[in-house]
Amino acid sequence: MSISLELPRTQPAIPFVDKLHQWVITVDHKRLGLLYITYALSFLLIGGIEATIMRIQLIRPHNDFASPQVFNQMFTMHGTTMIFFVVMPLVFGFANYLLPLMIGARDMAFPRLNAFSFWLMAFGGILLYFSFIGGYGLYGAGNAPDVGWFAYAPLTAQTFSPGHSTDFWTLSLLVSGFGSIGTAINIIATVLCMRCPGMTLGRMPLLAWLNLTMAGLVILAISPLTAAQIMLLVDRYLGGHFFDTQAGGSAVIWMHFFWVFGHPEVYVLVIPAFAFASEIIPVFSRKAIFGYPVMVAATLAIGFISMSVWAHHMFTVGMTSAANMFFVLSTMAIAVPTGIKIFNWLATMWGGKIHFRAPMLFCLAFLFQFLIAGLTGIMLSSAPFNWQLGNSYFVVAHFHYVIVGAILFALFGAFYYWFPKASGRMYSETLAKFHFWLFLIGFHLTFDFMHVPGMLGMPRRIYTYEPGRGWEIWNLIVTIGVLFQAAGILAFVANLFGSYFRGKNAGSDPWDAWTLEWSTHSPPPEYNFETVPVVKSRRPLWDLKHPEDPDWKYE
Amino acid sequence: MNSTTALWELPHRALSPTDIFAPVSTPAQSIFDLSLFVLGITGGIFVVVAALLSYSAIRFRKRKNDDGREPAQVYGSLQVELAWTLTPVLISLVLFLATARVIFQIQHPAPPPGAVEVTVIGHQFWWEYRYPGLKVVTANELHVPVSDPAHPTPTFLKLYSADTDHSWWVPRLAGKTDLIPNHPNSMWIEPRETGLYLGQCAQYCGTQHAKMLLRVYVESPEDFASWIQEQRQTVQTAPSDGTASEGRKIFERVACINCHTVAGTPANGRFGPDLTHLMSRETIASGAAPNTRENLRRWIENPNALKPGCKMPAMGLNNQQLDAVTAYLVSLR
Repeated sequence: MSISLELPRTQPAIPFVDKLHQWVITVDHKRLGLLYITYALSFLLIGGIEATIMRIQLIRPHNDFASPQVFNQMFTMHGTTMIFFVVMPLVFGFANYLLPLMIGARDMAFPRLNAFSFWLMAFGGILLYFSFIGGYGLYGAGNAPDVGWFAYAPLTAQTFSPGHSTDFWTLSLLVSGFGSIGTAINIIATVLCMRCPGMTLGRMPLLAWLNLTMAGLVILAISPLTAAQIMLLVDRYLGGHFFDTQAGGSAVIWMHFFWVFGHPEVYVLVIPAFAFASEIIPVFSRKAIFGYPVMVAATLAIGFISMSVWAHHMFTVGMTSAANMFFVLSTMAIAVPTGIKIFNWLATMWGGKIHFRAPMLFCLAFLFQFLIAGLTGIMLSSAPFNWQLGNSYFVVAHFHYVIVGAILFALFGAFYYWFPKASGRMYSETLAKFHFWLFLIGFHLTFDFMHVPGMLGMPRRIYTYEPGRGWEIWNLIVTIGVLFQAAGILAFVANLFGSYFRGKNAGSDPWDAWTLEWSTHSPPPEYNFETVPVVKSRRPLWDLKHPEDPDWKYE
Repeated sequence: MNSTTALWELPHRALSPTDIFAPVSTPAQSIFDLSLFVLGITGGIFVVVAALLSYSAIRFRKRKNDDGREPAQVYGSLQVELAWTLTPVLISLVLFLATARVIFQIQHPAPPPGAVEVTVIGHQFWWEYRYPGLKVVTANELHVPVSDPAHPTPTFLKLYSADTDHSWWVPRLAGKTDLIPNHPNSMWIEPRETGLYLGQCAQYCGTQHAKMLLRVYVESPEDFASWIQEQRQTVQTAPSDGTASEGRKIFERVACINCHTVAGTPANGRFGPDLTHLMSRETIASGAAPNTRENLRRWIENPNALKPGCKMPAMGLNNQQLDAVTAYLVSLR
């Protein structure tokens, strides 16, 4: 049933410098999407190396592989890099690449703003890493930030963080933050204004709905972070005292500013993961998504509630019992729409014919791991339990379950699902399965066992620990898991490169899928569609392939 | 409290000296009871949902003899959606109520007349303890009386910070509470068994966050009273030992006294730990090393070797001076 429309692969040879120039000046949403993704993948490797350094240091008590100074820089850089320069750009990259194709548009609403936003984010990341060379801080020259990724006041004050290492952190997030806001505005405008004829809001692919919600959250979340960074700069250089506790400032206000960004941010990252699962699971189960309107409603509910849960990161800072109870309730409330999503994906698989190709395997692992992450989240939301578990390795394990177990797994699924579309080549299924199993084993060795030392009293962010606390064996297993994860990543990178150059021709619709991006060529031409498509249902290609039983009869 | 009596009887087989599931104090016990309830519910949800997921993945896999036709397309069902919306709502509500009860229990206790009050001040990278009612000042090793249910003597801690954020966490005694500058906090413990309980700073506070260890000695009322007695004695103003008195001169001449207090002498600094009864403590450098003569000497010679990034500077003393200062410190009992 697949539609095959192929462009000839012969192109006139262009000199390399000209090619590079075309990429630098591009305003094409697909090229910018790929730039975001390539950029994020390089930072993924850097962030992974930083994590590995920490894990080697913690393999046994009183290890001296990394000094406390180096270790503290590693966890600060690892956290900042992975959130702002890996997952955010990956999410934006996929949104950029896919949204216009999936809603039948020729580009994003503001192509030049799109390019500008990308370059802001790119230079933000470079600024952060320049601190390794040009930063001057507590330990002299070449000093990366070491205040932790949430940079609690007053550790960031000049008194405790002299020099410029903290400023590199601040400025880098300030710059990339403006880029994020630009992209968010672009996504909202694109989804609201650029849909092809017939595609009402209720007929958009779920991915569009989810990215719309994500973009709304970016605007709401990044703005307070940006404001806080400016206030911190005022404190450090213009004699302000917002967070300067020695002059009557408030450390707690910084926490509120940071987490009112920080918690919606988690949803900024995980909602696109939901989006991938919502596209991939139906196609590989060969069924329409179950409960489309409920999925949309649950997404919006998550978006709204996620703005009111931030202080569950602050149960230990001594809030009143009324405040504690409010944040317990709001946090537990968000479990409801999240649960609805899991049940709808389950119901989509129910009664289907599930094809276990790499994208689906990653999405299945996503489902299980997101379930566990959600349940440990409920444990942490119970404030008294949080007084024990908070800031321990249990928390570290919990949020890595979200970010790696759920988000990164869904992203890998998305990579394999759309790789044939973006490259025109099919990836190697064998290598993809190697990647899946190695990464799955590594992930579980590392992050399942990481919960245990947390429950045995091991706080996060310690460069070493005392022997005899029952933490040794767990830390050893956690570090061993890193080897498997690294091997999995290696298989992934090998697959991307190998398949890009030597993969089989994928055709325009290798998955027999239903959304508009599969109706154009692989890779899509610059203008995306020869003629702007017209749709009558949520699955335009299903209608085309099953004229006897089209969706629009039932929606 | 009565409802937990049965659990108290259980032998606590701690997997670690800092195991949160081996409580020996009232707040830690309330949290433990709540955590069992939460674990039970989340565990139940996990078993049900994971079983459904596994079942559907296996049952509905594409078979080898597949006919190639698409399965029946189902678009949704309002009844089913309602069912899996309302059930989680009810579960969340139950969890919330159970949680709220424990929040109140722990956050609003009425201090009984026998309660001990301690002021805890977090420093980069050590703990200052002051007993305002008992006129005792010490560092890094907290001594508290065991609490007898018939005559409860819980300890109430007021938490302050002298510099950055810290967090006081001794898992077997209570959950953690942060020490934040300009934001006084409080917490309480009510240990039921004597012994030494360990913990450490749980909020990243700077370079040596890792070696800001906590030691709480829970003692019988008699032992606690005699410890207090000991701590209130003043030191001899002139050590009998010649080397020690030489050491005292050096101690008071170089910058030591800017940061350290030895009660009854000109040394009255507050930036570092009070050394008046240094030798009554089992560890130095906030639990980083046992308090032995050799360790003390090594610590004074170069604090950064033992605890890189700590705030105490090396004073550049020669061997003779080091011996003398060590002898003086060892005389502080």
